Amino acid sequence: MATVIIPTPLRKFTNNNARLTVHANTVTEMIQKLITEFPDLKKHLLDANGSVPSFINIFVNDDDIRNLQREQTVVMDNATVSIVPAIAGGAPL
Amino acid sequence: MIQKSMNHENIQFSKEELARYNRHIIIKEFGLESQKKLKAAKVLVIGSGGLGSPVLLYLAAAGVGNIGIVDFDVVDDSNLQRQVLFGVTEVGKFKAEAAKQRLQSLNPYINIQVHKVQLTSKNALDLIKDYDVVADGTDNFPTRYLVNDACVLSGKPNVYASIFQFEGQVSVFNYTNSKGEVGPNYRDLYATPPPPGLVPSCAEGGVLGVLPGIIGSLQALEVIKVVTGIGEILSGRFFIFDALSFESRTFNLKRNPANPLNGTNPTIKELIDYEQFCGLKVIERPVKEISVKELEEWQDRGEDFQFIDVREQHEYDIVNLGAELIPLGVVAQHADKIDRKKKVIIHCKTGNRSAKAIRELEDKFGFNNLYNLKAGIFGYIDEVNPSLQKY
Repeated sequence: MATVIIPTPLRKFTNNNARLTVHANTVTEMIQKLITEFPDLKKHLLDANGSVPSFINIFVNDDDIRNLQREQTVVMDNATVSIVPAIAGGAPL
Repeated sequence: MIQKSMNHENIQFSKEELARYNRHIIIKEFGLESQKKLKAAKVLVIGSGGLGSPVLLYLAAAGVGNIGIVDFDVVDDSNLQRQVLFGVTEVGKFKAEAAKQRLQSLNPYINIQVHKVQLTSKNALDLIKDYDVVADGTDNFPTRYLVNDACVLSGKPNVYASIFQFEGQVSVFNYTNSKGEVGPNYRDLYATPPPPGLVPSCAEGGVLGVLPGIIGSLQALEVIKVVTGIGEILSGRFFIFDALSFESRTFNLKRNPANPLNGTNPTIKELIDYEQFCGLKVIERPVKEISVKELEEWQDRGEDFQFIDVREQHEYDIVNLGAELIPLGVVAQHADKIDRKKKVIIHCKTGNRSAKAIRELEDKFGFNNLYNLKAGIFGYIDEVNPSLQKY
């Protein structure tokens, strides 16, 4: 099982779970499993083309999946997957 | 004025300065050489709020010889929970000026330049050009991309930090190493910002006050490393910290060949419109307006009009113009209290919320007698009655 670290802004969609364990072979499969369990995550993890949006980074262990095989990156059983959205700080938009 | 290209080898210290920096100088890996580099350095800190506070305090204490502060904002009560540069007596003052005062009392041997302006595409390159290093402690996506692009176009390292609720991020962007290789920048990390409204801001989502203290201190550390060249710079790496789980991770970052600034086929060669880039430029229907001078004239000649303030109670308690208080959030519920026959002037702090209120009332209830007070109560204070309290 891989461990997925959910960032603070998305925890409201995962019943406040900061860590989830998912069994998946690739990042795509992992995202599908997360969305099946927590449907509200979908708009944050997938854009209209079904790709990870460019304001969200997914790292498998220490590396950005964009520098690996993108959504097809293999998720090893003991991997830690971090979802890291862009954050900008204080001002109301 | 900040001097250009000061050579650190010619830097001299007074007896007082040597005593002050003793704990730096006696570190073998740091020494007098690094202290000289700090004194010769010119660092521009953009934003003197939550992140800027610890960054500025530590850079000033460490003896960075020339520090520029860019901030156009004023100190608010709600800042004091995390912006440790300021105290109660600074509320209402310009942050950049209050910061300078505090930092000069901390270290009188350094130069501090105040830039009391909003960083824009027009002034950014000019502001940055006199500095060696930029520290980005801003609080919104348009300015993040503006600072990044300005640093890349000017060839300056950008020491980046960002916070939200319990999480912080740090990296050093656009850093040129000893081999002349330029590291990744913000656009390599996040090619585009999230659409407005998807990620809440700290103003909506909050931030734990100590978090910018932690993350801003790490940012100051990287500024000092970039200036002195000691240690391994956080370039090509991206640090995140979660205060709740007390976990941190450092990821690898690489340059993206598709980066529009400095990838294989650059398309951005000058600064762009960052509000538009971040999807924030929504063209809104204009509303009828009245200037603060016209308001004064109406009042003087006893014109019959209804006067409404759509700010919050706590703002009203600080200063008001005697208008009826109906906060923006509940204005639709109280539409029956708003006159339909005579003219109605609606105001807020600067004119944005009142324009929203007018659009909502016009759209939902068909009002056609509403006037927005241009520049709000702040405009009134500036132009009509400067004795009133700003906040």
